[in-house]
Amino acid sequence: MSIKLGVPSKGRLMDKTFDWFQARGVALSRTGSEREYAGAVDGIDGVDLVLLSAGEIPRELAAGRIHLGVTGTDLVREKLGLWEQQVEEVAPLGFGQADLIIAVPGCWVDVDTLDDLDAAAAAFRARHGFRLRIATKYHRLVREYLRDNGVADYQLVDSQGATEGTIKNLTAEAVADITSTGETLRANHLKILSDGPILKSQATLWRSRVADVTEAEQATLRELLVRLG
Amino acid sequence: MPLKSEIRARASALRDVFANAGALPVETDILQPAEVLLDLYGEDIRARAYVTSDALRGEQMLRPDFTVPVVQMHMKGGAEPARYTYAGEVFRRQEDDPARANEYMQVGFELFARDNAAAADAEVFATIQAALGDVHLRAATGDIGILTAAVRGLDTTERRKRALLRHVWRPRRFRALLDRFAGRSPMPPSRAALLADADPLAHGFPDIGMRGQAEVAARIEALREDAGAPPISAREVDLIDALLNVRETLPFALEHIRDLAVDMPAITEATFRLQERIAALQARGIDVARLEFEASYGRTSMEYYDGFVFGFYVPGRPDLPPLASGGRYDALTRVLGQGREIPAVGGVIRPGLLVQVEAGA
Repeated sequence: MSIKLGVPSKGRLMDKTFDWFQARGVALSRTGSEREYAGAVDGIDGVDLVLLSAGEIPRELAAGRIHLGVTGTDLVREKLGLWEQQVEEVAPLGFGQADLIIAVPGCWVDVDTLDDLDAAAAAFRARHGFRLRIATKYHRLVREYLRDNGVADYQLVDSQGATEGTIKNLTAEAVADITSTGETLRANHLKILSDGPILKSQATLWRSRVADVTEAEQATLRELLVRLG
Repeated sequence: MPLKSEIRARASALRDVFANAGALPVETDILQPAEVLLDLYGEDIRARAYVTSDALRGEQMLRPDFTVPVVQMHMKGGAEPARYTYAGEVFRRQEDDPARANEYMQVGFELFARDNAAAADAEVFATIQAALGDVHLRAATGDIGILTAAVRGLDTTERRKRALLRHVWRPRRFRALLDRFAGRSPMPPSRAALLADADPLAHGFPDIGMRGQAEVAARIEALREDAGAPPISAREVDLIDALLNVRETLPFALEHIRDLAVDMPAITEATFRLQERIAALQARGIDVARLEFEASYGRTSMEYYDGFVFGFYVPGRPDLPPLASGGRYDALTRVLGQGREIPAVGGVIRPGLLVQVEAGA
């Protein structure tokens, strides 16, 4: 058996992850055709590469089906309850930085803080008869954040993509989403609330706390972590 | 852990106790329409209840408690006064504490009655306490109505009072608002800039979304009015703090609150109600001299309670949830009654915990 390393299966996140491991003497590569999700690891024996969607890596770590995995802090925190007990942070990888933020239309000049958002939500509900809608895919993180900050009279509506467009399309009044430069938000005439991000995220290497390891695998894992350290 | 069959047997015995006390046994659906519960409790309930859905009925929740469906059933034409009892599973999502049960039995007793709120409060408390039997428990009581009366009586704008009342059940937010209205916390710079701007609506952004510029203008107007209003006086804030800190046995608490009412006449009515409740509890044979009262009890976990609140706890076991809890929820019947309302008070017992504690676990 071998140590299973889960890595995002496509895009910039995969390329940068490959670069990060390469710089530490562990060469990851995709094998087979362009479309086949198979990979190889050179430079250390006993490690298997598992290519996965970044969104599924938290679940696989928590289930113990992979020993190590690369994914964003945002996805681990969103998808795993009691995440500290299921995974351990090995190293932040220094790329994929993004903030989870709440944004509202720029034309809401009266709203800059969560306190404003709460007051606007109360008035909105009284006027329109339903709770102010916030479009997001980060339901748990956003809900916990708003609860801790005492915001009421809102509802979360699910948006898995093009979230910034929901306001113009009248399917939401505000959005909670990941942003790195804020460019898309500005292009959609939105502004970020000033209270600070809900979460600062970056691509991170995680170790599963629940995956079983044999003695041989334990030795491999230790050697790999020394290399990466 | 007691066996499920044992808990079920105990639950049905408790329901019989309540039925013998005059309550009509009722059943409710396990799947409840999510919309009603979401509108009532807000999005936070999603963290506490399981949501499921189908393409036909949309979102539904696994019953997180019986109160809402029992109120809805009563509002559709129950007799007056009415007493109901029920026994069944409730489901509570637990994302942060694996030790807490996500499915457990509840047995409840609910009383809908127009007259004599004090007698109704006492009847529910005494009936629940009697049903709990000999097991040694600590009872805590409170009264959200005294705090809301104090807020309504503040010498400040209606808008500020409404904002405070909206957050009575969120103590941290309530405190932040009170500090701001009392001029104790600085105004955020963005708000100061907005108020200083002679023409804030000339912002250059396109008007997008459903919340239009008229609503933005209305809020700016409200902020200007608030900036012009004098701060809530330090004396009034101190009185609210003194009230929130009342934590004594009932007779001493009453005396203390009566003293506060001299400077806070708005709570006089609520103080009378507390006094009547004490008399009614005494008439039911409750040892009120040893019953605890906390003015801030029930502010964090019981959002629909708006008057008398109570809970029974196992001494020395802060890890266990209350064995029984309940309170008055007049406002809930108003929200669910679509124009009608009826004063109501009720409570639930967790037979699983009761069996566990009786077994000495």
